[in-house]
Amino acid sequence: MKLSLGPILYYWPRQQVNDFYQQVLDSPADIVYLGETICPKRQELRQSDWLELAAELLEKGKEVVLSTLALIESRADLAMLRKLCDHSGCLMEANDMAAVEFLSERRLPFVAGSAINIYNARSLRVLHRAGLKRWVMPVELSRDTLHGILEDARKMGFADQIETEIFSHGRLPLAYSARCFTARSRNLPKDDCQLSCLDYPDGIPLDTRENQSLFTLNGIQTQSGDVHNLLPAFHDMTGIGVDILRISPASKGTMEVLTQFDQVRRGEPGSDGIIAREHSTSGLCNGYWYGQAGMTLR
Amino acid sequence: MNTVGITMELVCPAGSLPAFKAAVENGADAVYIGFRDATNARHFTGLNFNDSKALQALEYARNCGVRLFVAINTYPQPHNWPSWQAAVDRAAELGADALIVADLGVLEYARENHPQLNLHLSVQGSATNAAALSFYQRHFGIRRAVLPRVLSLAQVRQLAANCPVDLEVFGFGSLCIMAEGRCHLSSYVTAESPNTCGACSPASAVRWQETSTGRESRLNGVLIDRFKNGDNAGYPTLCKGRFKVENQIYHALEEPTSLNTLTLIPQLAEIGIKAIKIEGRQRSPAYVAQVVRVWREALDHYREVGDLFSPKSEWMTSLAKVSEGSQTTLGAYSRPWQ
Repeated sequence: MKLSLGPILYYWPRQQVNDFYQQVLDSPADIVYLGETICPKRQELRQSDWLELAAELLEKGKEVVLSTLALIESRADLAMLRKLCDHSGCLMEANDMAAVEFLSERRLPFVAGSAINIYNARSLRVLHRAGLKRWVMPVELSRDTLHGILEDARKMGFADQIETEIFSHGRLPLAYSARCFTARSRNLPKDDCQLSCLDYPDGIPLDTRENQSLFTLNGIQTQSGDVHNLLPAFHDMTGIGVDILRISPASKGTMEVLTQFDQVRRGEPGSDGIIAREHSTSGLCNGYWYGQAGMTLR
Repeated sequence: MNTVGITMELVCPAGSLPAFKAAVENGADAVYIGFRDATNARHFTGLNFNDSKALQALEYARNCGVRLFVAINTYPQPHNWPSWQAAVDRAAELGADALIVADLGVLEYARENHPQLNLHLSVQGSATNAAALSFYQRHFGIRRAVLPRVLSLAQVRQLAANCPVDLEVFGFGSLCIMAEGRCHLSSYVTAESPNTCGACSPASAVRWQETSTGRESRLNGVLIDRFKNGDNAGYPTLCKGRFKVENQIYHALEEPTSLNTLTLIPQLAEIGIKAIKIEGRQRSPAYVAQVVRVWREALDHYREVGDLFSPKSEWMTSLAKVSEGSQTTLGAYSRPWQ
């Protein structure tokens, strides 16, 4: 089982990003996804900066994947994406069908991120034929659905040619909008957002009026309020045929989470205790994996 | 450019045979329906068409020169794939004028097994740019795409100028503020989502409670809104609730409001949009009749006068009456809304 570190979904200052990846260099992560996936206005790091980070991580033996925007609306976004597909030299993660189109036109292999709708093996095969080598299952699907998809893929004869990655720890990416909810929370128009996202390194909590944690606002993205944690399902995922577990970066604790997943993966003594402890912490959810409402914890 | 004589196809919803007839009688150019199962994005109790009703609808449409589209626009999973396959076969057998499809696997199945079918990419397919549309066009030969309600008018214009397929946009109805097909808010709270079940904030999860502080609406136990006596208590769609963000309580995502782009008819036509979609297969025949009648008049008026088009106040009043919270918006088409 490999561990991956997903792209940073929030908008952090340049220094914080660099400090974060300095820690990642010596972390147990096998695969690191880099790049901005939420908003084209977030430019603390330029494309060349991301590529420099990629080079450093590659040198440390990490596999690097460049992630792309999840919602491509303007001609400028599209042009930027096309340029990236032409020049990155890295494996890329498509988070919009536009990236799938550009990469398949160039006969480049790609990873399909969780925002690409793959709900059955036929869809997976369409994309595999277009160049998909790895997919991140849409977050709302269950272990039974995954099991079915991989069984069907085996029958169709391509299961051994693809890798399956599961979003395993972090706030779930749930929705993308035209509207920027962070700007809205400050009564600012999106076109004059003053890069407000910089002030919220883990997004803005959205609670019900009974103070139940519900969602997290992150620019145009809405995330879960609770942290999705599939560490307790580690052995189940191994059994079904999952290849990679994704940990989504937060401003604090990400290295510890990576270490915990690594300890369980190595079967280190006491790692069952880690699972149990994670299980009893509040603010966690895992319902999607069990075919239930995503916010529930089993 | 002389805009007199330009028109756009008016594509109208029907969740029942009476609504279908109402749409046709009031001037729909095409009516879209779904079968009575989870294969379409309005999978509500008592709604939609079995085989015999679909056949009656088709006959009625044919007699009136109106086209019939079938929406098979949710995402099948391994355990229920056969239902989607059967739905495509039934729609082909019926002789539908177009299938509105979102899932890659279903599109492939339709293309391979029924090559004569006219395929439209559903809004649930979430294609917002020319490259994405090109993918669907190259692989499945789609002829039209319904655009998600996330683009500004300027962005729609850019897209239409470089687009490999015809474009259909939403003109009126409930306003999704998330990119359709990429929203899991509903399944996060209720386990059912538009993609998986054809339902958003499903009625089975809704509870209304009268309390000392007012009427409360809940979805699977989660408090969505609380209304004082006399307030108009809207349906607890997740994205339209009042929540707490940084100690402020407000409609953090969106107010209860409907999309209405009637004033944009000249711009949409001039950009080259081929069809206007009215949302609302879950609505009553009376609703369908009223909305379709207004839009028919407006489109006919535009065809007659072109750029001299101006919306009549009675049209706007009539549409506002049937809108959520009695208010309408241009939504993402108007940049400041974003």
